[in-house]
Amino acid sequence: MEQKGPSRVTFYVWQLPVRLFHWINALCIVLLIITGYLIGNPVALQNSQEAHMGHWFGTVRLIHFAAAYVFLFAWIYRIIYAFMGNQYARWTNYLPLSQKQWDEFKDVIAIDIFMMVEERKIHSPGHNSVACLSYLFLGLASVFQIASGFGLLAPMSEWWIADLFTWIVPMMDGDTNVRFWHHLMMWFFVIFTMVHVYIVAFHDYVEARGTTSSMIGGWKFVEEKDLQK
Amino acid sequence: MEERQTFWDKMQEKGYTRRDFLKFCAWIGAASGLQASSIGSLVHAMETKPRPPVLWFHFQECTCCSESFVRSSHPIVADVVLDHISLDYTETLQAAAGHQAEEARRHTMEKYKGQYLMLVEGSIPTAANGVYCCIGGHTALDIVKEAAAGAAAIVAWGNCAYAGCVQGAKPNPTQATPIRDIIKGKPIVNVPGCPPIPEVMAGTIVHYLAFGRLPQLDSQGRPKAFYSRRVHDTCYRRPNYDAGLFVETFDDENARKGYCLYKVGCRGPVTYNACAVTKWNEATSFPIQSGHGCIGCSEAGNWDNAPLYEHLPGVLGYTSETDADTVGMVAAGITTAALGVHALTANARKRKQIRKQIEESPGGK
Repeated sequence: MEQKGPSRVTFYVWQLPVRLFHWINALCIVLLIITGYLIGNPVALQNSQEAHMGHWFGTVRLIHFAAAYVFLFAWIYRIIYAFMGNQYARWTNYLPLSQKQWDEFKDVIAIDIFMMVEERKIHSPGHNSVACLSYLFLGLASVFQIASGFGLLAPMSEWWIADLFTWIVPMMDGDTNVRFWHHLMMWFFVIFTMVHVYIVAFHDYVEARGTTSSMIGGWKFVEEKDLQK
Repeated sequence: MEERQTFWDKMQEKGYTRRDFLKFCAWIGAASGLQASSIGSLVHAMETKPRPPVLWFHFQECTCCSESFVRSSHPIVADVVLDHISLDYTETLQAAAGHQAEEARRHTMEKYKGQYLMLVEGSIPTAANGVYCCIGGHTALDIVKEAAAGAAAIVAWGNCAYAGCVQGAKPNPTQATPIRDIIKGKPIVNVPGCPPIPEVMAGTIVHYLAFGRLPQLDSQGRPKAFYSRRVHDTCYRRPNYDAGLFVETFDDENARKGYCLYKVGCRGPVTYNACAVTKWNEATSFPIQSGHGCIGCSEAGNWDNAPLYEHLPGVLGYTSETDADTVGMVAAGITTAALGVHALTANARKRKQIRKQIEESPGGK
């Protein structure tokens, strides 16, 4: 029995460096959120040990700082790749400067968020412009977290990397404020992650274009009739 | 008193021996973080350099800085450095009063223009042209500007002169302003704290008097020797923090064991000061050693960062104890609800599209 589905065009959207960045970044964010929350709200572990016999809180902090360095370098790597990668990875996607991006923005809000329009032609098999804007905010939040986090680490760090960010402490009038905003900004990452994972699942569920698996294999599949000519 | 005496001259007059003098130099050098090889030049400077004239001003303050200074653990600090520092003017301690005092101030400012050291205790109110603090018919603002113009350097004592302290807390009705925001273009050293540690004050002053220049300063104009590390990072309870051993309430077993005070609001992790190293009252103790968390008295805005018994300030400052995590959890809750609504709506609105795709797929139906 021969069955024929709609014919699909296969796009190689996410190159290996983009996929690597995505998963390294995701892992860092999860680790940083968990350890960061614990640093702000250490659990009360009752034990009768002497201080020199334990180091669990120090270990939590170590993981936080180590993940922070990986997070920093992953972002540097991704920014460099934004000038080297394919059209879906390029930096121009993430700055909403063209009218075309804002037209797409309106379409996506209408189709995906308020669901007022049923189907659509896709603008690009890569990120849509709403997603791109959310990644711009993620990037800016990451810059803030990196600057504030390393600014706080600097007095106890012997490496020049952390010293690059000491300017933020006087700018924000002391460690207390830096710490406070660093902690509050953690919740941006929590909420971003929730929405991001949900939206990916939503696209996969509704559009059948392989959105989730594209971040593993790099491939997306779009029905020919959905392609904007 | 045309010829200005040196420290050593003055100490001899007071009956101190050479041995006392050398001990003092070694002690203050060590306390200021000088390396051992510099003690010689400190001794030499104290022997040969005439002591510069000093004007000590008091504005919006409580005099706790002066009180702290006279309680330095080394007697020579009070006896020679303070008493005979050539304090040509200081409201609290001078014998002169009224016109005489003003005359002494003017005399020093004119005679030693560009040479005198200006010490300022307290902040400067700038609201309503500075009428909230007037001395001898002049506003603090005018006095500071006039005196700073002829000063060789300025030392800003305490949190008041550094950041406004209590009177600078919100809503700051008198617009209490730190010295560094009023005077530009003069070397200013900030010695924050409420009050600063006496040894820190003495060390800063002696460094200037001996070497004729300010000690090495950080980005906030504080002497690096005393303010480059956090109380938390030098605290003797730090191993408890790293081991995750915390006081949960002030009357629990953990408090008795001397665990870390982080969870009961210690601000040591955000406070730069030498309390854990130099300590107070002849190195007897400091707040954390006495079982109470640091309140961050040497940090700008510490009074606005309420509540005091939380290590992070509330979202709306002192008016609310809502902390950052409550805000975050509410936001996450709203997001979850929104995503839930979206998911339900999606199943209704996109049903046709999904069904069509299933039907079109091979083996779909």
